[in-house]
Amino acid sequence: MKKFGNFNIAALVIGFSFLYIPIILLILFSFNESRLVTVWGGFSTKWYSELMQNQGIKDAAWVTIKVAFVSSTMATILGTIAGLVMTRFGSFKGRTLFSGMIYAPMVMPEVIIGLSTLLMFVALAVDRGVFTVTLAHITFSMCYVAVVIQSRMSSYDDSITEAALDLGCTPFRTFILITLPIILPAVISGWLLSFTLSLDDLVIASFTSGPGSTTLPMKIYSMVRLGVTPEINAVSTILVGLVTLGVVTASIIGRRQKQQTI
Amino acid sequence: MFFMLPFIFVLKISLAEPIMAIPPYTALLEWGDSLLPSIRASLESYLFLFSDSLYIKAYLSSLKIAIISTILTLIIGYSIAYSVAKAPTRWRGVLLMLVILPFWTSFLIRVYAWIGILKTEGLLNLALMSIGIIDKPLIIMNTDLAVYIGIVYSYLPFMILPLYANLEKMDMSLLEAAADLGCRPFKTFWTVTIPLSIPGILAGCFLVFIPVMGEFVIPDLLGGTKTLMIGKVLWTEFFYNRDWPVASAVAIILLALLVVPIMLYQKSQEKAIS
Repeated sequence: MKKFGNFNIAALVIGFSFLYIPIILLILFSFNESRLVTVWGGFSTKWYSELMQNQGIKDAAWVTIKVAFVSSTMATILGTIAGLVMTRFGSFKGRTLFSGMIYAPMVMPEVIIGLSTLLMFVALAVDRGVFTVTLAHITFSMCYVAVVIQSRMSSYDDSITEAALDLGCTPFRTFILITLPIILPAVISGWLLSFTLSLDDLVIASFTSGPGSTTLPMKIYSMVRLGVTPEINAVSTILVGLVTLGVVTASIIGRRQKQQTI
Repeated sequence: MFFMLPFIFVLKISLAEPIMAIPPYTALLEWGDSLLPSIRASLESYLFLFSDSLYIKAYLSSLKIAIISTILTLIIGYSIAYSVAKAPTRWRGVLLMLVILPFWTSFLIRVYAWIGILKTEGLLNLALMSIGIIDKPLIIMNTDLAVYIGIVYSYLPFMILPLYANLEKMDMSLLEAAADLGCRPFKTFWTVTIPLSIPGILAGCFLVFIPVMGEFVIPDLLGGTKTLMIGKVLWTEFFYNRDWPVASAVAIILLALLVVPIMLYQKSQEKAIS
């Protein structure tokens, strides 16, 4: 039953073309000399140098990186704790409610998350800005981290922790010396995941941002609404390149670690 | 105990959201002087939703778009996931990464990439016209078709990943048994493979259907004025009409519609992990 027929090859070729052709075309046309996005006018990097002079985009990129860095770090800490709670405490009061809160934001339409978070900030009279965007990003990306940790913990051998505790190690030291190193790959991938989620988010940031906290996706969105321009292609290409680099690095790290444990 | 304190903190943040989203508690308090008029006003915005057919139409149209695009994504995603799972082991890692990569790439950028392709003077029309298949440009941009293409494209990895996880674990000896007993490949697929992959199919469909119901970016950028989706209505009410109570009411009803699918999804995930 190890047949890999024509149908499978066709499905893969068509499927991957569908997934990749739009991105490849996008990258290709960022190096286009002509301002018209559909007409090829020769190779040029002028849109990149133009991008470097665009203060609005640079500011937005800086805000986005700050938000993504802080929120993914916080989300990783909180999400790891939540994931550990879910696996360590078999059943506790309100477990179903708690697990519902972990899973719901992953599928919940973003407009609902954005609106409800904003209304909470308004009710608490918090001024909207970089701080509120960061807080909103922590809230939703934390859930993804929790799920990643939880699935890693399901194959975790509890007897190691018990051995450490039996030998007189304090719970905190056990966590730092035993549990954390074992789940570290999951923690890192959780961090990377929340970083990209925060980098990408348009809808939630639009709801929760205030003056002076325009993020890069918000900036790109307002540019896209005005029309297709090579500058957007250029900024998109940079983002796609960064993300690709991150994903490939992460998977190489993951593979090396797997080999080490074997 | 070490875990309990942040856990309470997490609980507090997450719990705050759904409560705050209900209009009487927040947005209306901003405008009303006392509690009484604000509660009355909140009911008014719900009544308003039901009196204006636009909203009901938007919910129904979102439902239609979400169902059709989930089915389309399932068919395309299943063929890709199935092929990846059947591919030689040494290819699988690379193939899987090729599926995951677009999932990490910005949503907005991927939707934007389609604008350049689907536009009336876009690349697709240019290519088709130069080959000579058509002589008049196709109007795809700003139609429902463009929205379907955008949704299927954006949500495909969400469908492929759970399906692949499920298909990869499938016991191949069952398929061999079916084949040995004289079952034809197509029938084996239909009566053995598909039923065994139901958990993967369900997880994938939930992951696509629920977020698509409230999708905003795709209908806004690819769809036209006629494309009615509730996420876009909510956005318009909030950002352009500045009507927070109505926007909140729209969100609450959407949430009420999605509570059952979200709970089913949560159940299936819990089962998968434990």
